[in-house]
Amino acid sequence: MDTVSMILAAAVRSGTPILYATLGEILTEKVGILNLGLEGIMLMGAFSGFVVSLTSGNPWIGFAAAFIVGCLMGLIHAFLCISLNGNQVVCGLALTMFGTGLSSLLGRNYFGVAIQGLQNWNIPILSDIPIIGQVIFSQDALVYLSYILVAVMFFFLNSTRPGLNLRAVGDNPHAADAMGLPVVRIKYLYTVVGAGIVAVGGAYMSIVYNKFWAETMTAGRGWIAVAMVIFAIWNPIQAALGAYLFGGIEALQLRLQATGTSVPMAILLAMPYVITLFVLVVISIRKGNGIKAGAPASLGVPFYREERD
Amino acid sequence: MPLVEMKRITKRFSGVVANSNVDFSVEYGEVHALLGENGAGKSTLMNILYGLYHPDSGEIYIDGVKRVFRSPSDAILSGVGMVHQHFMLVETQTVWENMILGMKMPFVLPKKQIIKKIAELSEKYNLKVNPLSNVWQLSIGEQQRAAVLQMLYRNAKVLILDEPTAVLTPQESKELFVTIRNMTALGHSVIFISHKMNEVMNETDRVTVLRKGETAGTVNTKSPDTSQELLSEMMMGRKVSFDINKPKRDLGKVVFDVNSICASNDRGGAALKNISFRIRKSEIFGVAGVAGNGQLELCEAIYGLRVAVSGYVKINEKDLTNASARALMDCGVHYIPADRRSTGMVTALDVKSNSILTDYWIPPISSGNSINWKEAGNQAKSIIEQFNVSTPSVNTAVKNLSGGNLQKLMLGRELSNSPEVLIVMHPTWGLDVSATRYIRERIISASETGTAVLLISEDIEELLALSDRLAIIFKGEFMGIIADPKSMPIEKIGLMMAGTHISEVL
Amino acid sequence: MLRVEKRIDASKWMNYVIPIASLFMALIGGAALLGTQGISPLDAYCRIIKAAFGGSYEFSETIVKATPIAISSFAVMLCFSMLIWNIGVEGQAFMGALAAVAAVRYCHSDNQFYMLCTAAAFAIMAGGLWAMIAGFLRSKWNVNEIISTLMLNYIAIRILEYFVYGPWRDPSSLGFPITTRFPPSARLPQLFGSRVHVGIILAVFLAFAAWYILSKTRLGYEIRVIGENPKAARYSGMSYMKNVLVVMFISGAIGGLTGMTEVTGLHGRLQASFAAKYGYTAIIVAWLSHLQPFVILLASVLFGALLVGGEALQIELGLTLSTVEILQGLVLFFVLGGDFFRNYRLKFTWRTDK
Repeated sequence: MDTVSMILAAAVRSGTPILYATLGEILTEKVGILNLGLEGIMLMGAFSGFVVSLTSGNPWIGFAAAFIVGCLMGLIHAFLCISLNGNQVVCGLALTMFGTGLSSLLGRNYFGVAIQGLQNWNIPILSDIPIIGQVIFSQDALVYLSYILVAVMFFFLNSTRPGLNLRAVGDNPHAADAMGLPVVRIKYLYTVVGAGIVAVGGAYMSIVYNKFWAETMTAGRGWIAVAMVIFAIWNPIQAALGAYLFGGIEALQLRLQATGTSVPMAILLAMPYVITLFVLVVISIRKGNGIKAGAPASLGVPFYREERD
Repeated sequence: MPLVEMKRITKRFSGVVANSNVDFSVEYGEVHALLGENGAGKSTLMNILYGLYHPDSGEIYIDGVKRVFRSPSDAILSGVGMVHQHFMLVETQTVWENMILGMKMPFVLPKKQIIKKIAELSEKYNLKVNPLSNVWQLSIGEQQRAAVLQMLYRNAKVLILDEPTAVLTPQESKELFVTIRNMTALGHSVIFISHKMNEVMNETDRVTVLRKGETAGTVNTKSPDTSQELLSEMMMGRKVSFDINKPKRDLGKVVFDVNSICASNDRGGAALKNISFRIRKSEIFGVAGVAGNGQLELCEAIYGLRVAVSGYVKINEKDLTNASARALMDCGVHYIPADRRSTGMVTALDVKSNSILTDYWIPPISSGNSINWKEAGNQAKSIIEQFNVSTPSVNTAVKNLSGGNLQKLMLGRELSNSPEVLIVMHPTWGLDVSATRYIRERIISASETGTAVLLISEDIEELLALSDRLAIIFKGEFMGIIADPKSMPIEKIGLMMAGTHISEVL
Repeated sequence: MLRVEKRIDASKWMNYVIPIASLFMALIGGAALLGTQGISPLDAYCRIIKAAFGGSYEFSETIVKATPIAISSFAVMLCFSMLIWNIGVEGQAFMGALAAVAAVRYCHSDNQFYMLCTAAAFAIMAGGLWAMIAGFLRSKWNVNEIISTLMLNYIAIRILEYFVYGPWRDPSSLGFPITTRFPPSARLPQLFGSRVHVGIILAVFLAFAAWYILSKTRLGYEIRVIGENPKAARYSGMSYMKNVLVVMFISGAIGGLTGMTEVTGLHGRLQASFAAKYGYTAIIVAWLSHLQPFVILLASVLFGALLVGGEALQIELGLTLSTVEILQGLVLFFVLGGDFFRNYRLKFTWRTDK
């Protein structure tokens, strides 16, 4: 395997946890709920996924456990923000703290233990394609699952009935309500499922990427995913591009550190954030000019039906 | 047996009664108007029928069967559809996507079939709209047609239209009434919420009048006993005369000179095209027009809240084109916006804080970089006294005041600076009769003391009663300025509001 | 059937009862979690209290931790009053700390007063300008400041890392990412013979300043009007842009001072991880305190105590430092839940029909 394909393959791998988190957050934000607690949810996913994989010996059960734990975290957010109209920003921050703390407390005895994780699985024929084969089709099953998830989410959001309903709730909950959609139930559903997907991203960190558990091991990836959602303009396919771009920078960094080149890494590392900021500005300017794109109109605004001046 | 029957409906919001023991019924194939002043409880009653609000007590029967609507989907299943005043459309989605929102559909959306059905319905009811357009790109009229189609797509037997003509020109309204007749001919019933008596008289079969949340009665509009006077008496609870005493004043020199103003709307289209007028000292200059024809943009462009791309605004010959709102206030121009709760006041703050909103930077309220709160309190008290504002204290949050008291407070705030020019938009919108009368009298008395008034309203009666001259605005253009509004037949004013130039009317 | 109604006027006593009740509920919740881990919650809480308030040294350590939290909370609070979410106090503190180091390196003076004033001025400018980026984007193009300040945090971290790993690294640090020790003239005086530094005086001063600005001045009036209703503010001729820029500058400047006081008062050098999430804790403190300046001081001490207690748990019980974050998270959950009961009333109605 040549260096370029190796770096690109590593980019896909290190982009995968961010991709899962981004996809989960897209689902949540599309329904109008801002969940800034990704970091905490990912950590809880990483911890629970690791412990369950370790004890059951089956990484798949670990991922399932992480998904469920993520859903529970999402349920807290949903209850506080949807049922109790709590402030979504504060609730997200609380979720991050709670998840960080709880995963550290519960995981303190698992530090330094290693697991097998998932093996790479070369897809026959496809993996023989030069470069692409090695970069895209010589990965582990969770990476393939993320490809499928990207495609499924894109199709789901744009071409299916529940996807349409989801977008309607996020864009104009009052209209959705007037058209008879169960707004609260839909918001709950995607806040919960979205958080579950985010947690799978965390579990990928501990089960596959590192094969060990360490406290605060996601190291800010949850926050990166929050930015990635905007970078992707709420589009799953662009989310994949963004996640791999970030993964690529990370892979390059490791590579450069290994070879001892002293390029100011800070500049490279800061690039995704600078680019995201730039994308955010462009989206905002376009919105100011009346062009509506991607961004759910009711993001962060609580929905309450019987309200009058 | 009526198609819809609502019995003894009661609904409270945070202790305020919106509907109290209301009875209401609709027959098959009729157009039934629901008439009442703003705040009489019309929309609340219909939102209950549509399942959006749950009544505290009372019963709903559809086709004689008792129904409990937990949500709009229950109401839709029973054949009740509603088109809200602010259309319940998802702006970022296409028309066809909006059509099927919340309906039982296959998992993967059958786009072709949906579009075909929309085309059939468009044809049948003569409601033209492109199913592939994004809603945010449609005109208001098109959005309304889409919203009506949305309900017909759901096989609504009863269609509730909440003040549908408020956003339409008279011509568009006429088309809408043709569509409504078309629908009743095809077996639908239509409930038509309105506070315009002439529409109710001409276009509906029966009318139920609500007054302060209670049923004032139901009458047949085609019966010879029914007249606009009767309906207004039912609405107001007593005979009211709208005659207001406007003494003759000597108009002075030109104070306010607006010339060839052009401005864009929020979407970048042209909102104002070469608007020119001059107002003299003590003159009340009215601007009539259907909602959304550039009235708000006109106020904003004059008041420094919107860029005027050409033309000029002069106050006492001083050029203040595109000056800041504060510069205009400092030159004696004051503005009373239409949406008093969301623009004119900070409802979460108290009366005292609100009474200094437009002069807090001027001594004695301002001293150095600080605010003299004692002085602010005195100012609030004097406004309350002079303008009969009823409030428990100056420390009461403004959100707890009634609309009338809020408007008095705002009018008092702006008039206490004895302005050279007063711009006032929809000053009596949503107010009860006595507050309306009070506000109108204060505007006249302000003009007597020399203030030049620019009065923008949709209430033609108000405009005729107050204005010395009247301009009619249509799509951002003046169709003409009428020198003596009272002598102008109202039909001709209506034609101008629909886009006919004054030269063709006379 | 259960129904929810908006309260017209929230009752005053709930403003006090809800935070206190939330705190208790959080402690109970935390106790349950600790209990499942075979840790006696009573023991753990006693250790936290002892470590934070057990004696004059312990209390001084709590104040040391509370100082940056309090200062940053005022930065957050000013923005919140205007409904601007400055999540970026963390990054502004980084920039302030960096600027302070730059002042020490390039504008060195042996006069302590002059040196500290220069460092403070540098920090104010750096933090303020850094925050103004988000302020500018917000006022010019309505760019969501939550995300932009968050991004700016990460960019600030990278810039800081660049300097402490690169050009400013202490050559004698054996590879640790820290700068050289500051000369004595660049050290903020410490008080009472403890590690408590002059920053605490700044915090108390800021409490008074924040109260004065918001309730007495024209700027404060404009901040409140803009925060409650930007449309009304525009109508009355207030400049949204000017106010956002001014408030973001002040907020960022205070954030910058957090960084400056930490490095000059406490650490005496800059290290990559000097500001342990103070900027985020400040958001909670400002939120919990309902933007009341003096409550902020109190809440900061409480959160400082939690941090000190967390260290004790780490040393004495082998728990991780993040354990106290559970408590912080729980407090917020309960306050968020409690706020609902402040703003809404639950009403039970029985219906005879289905």
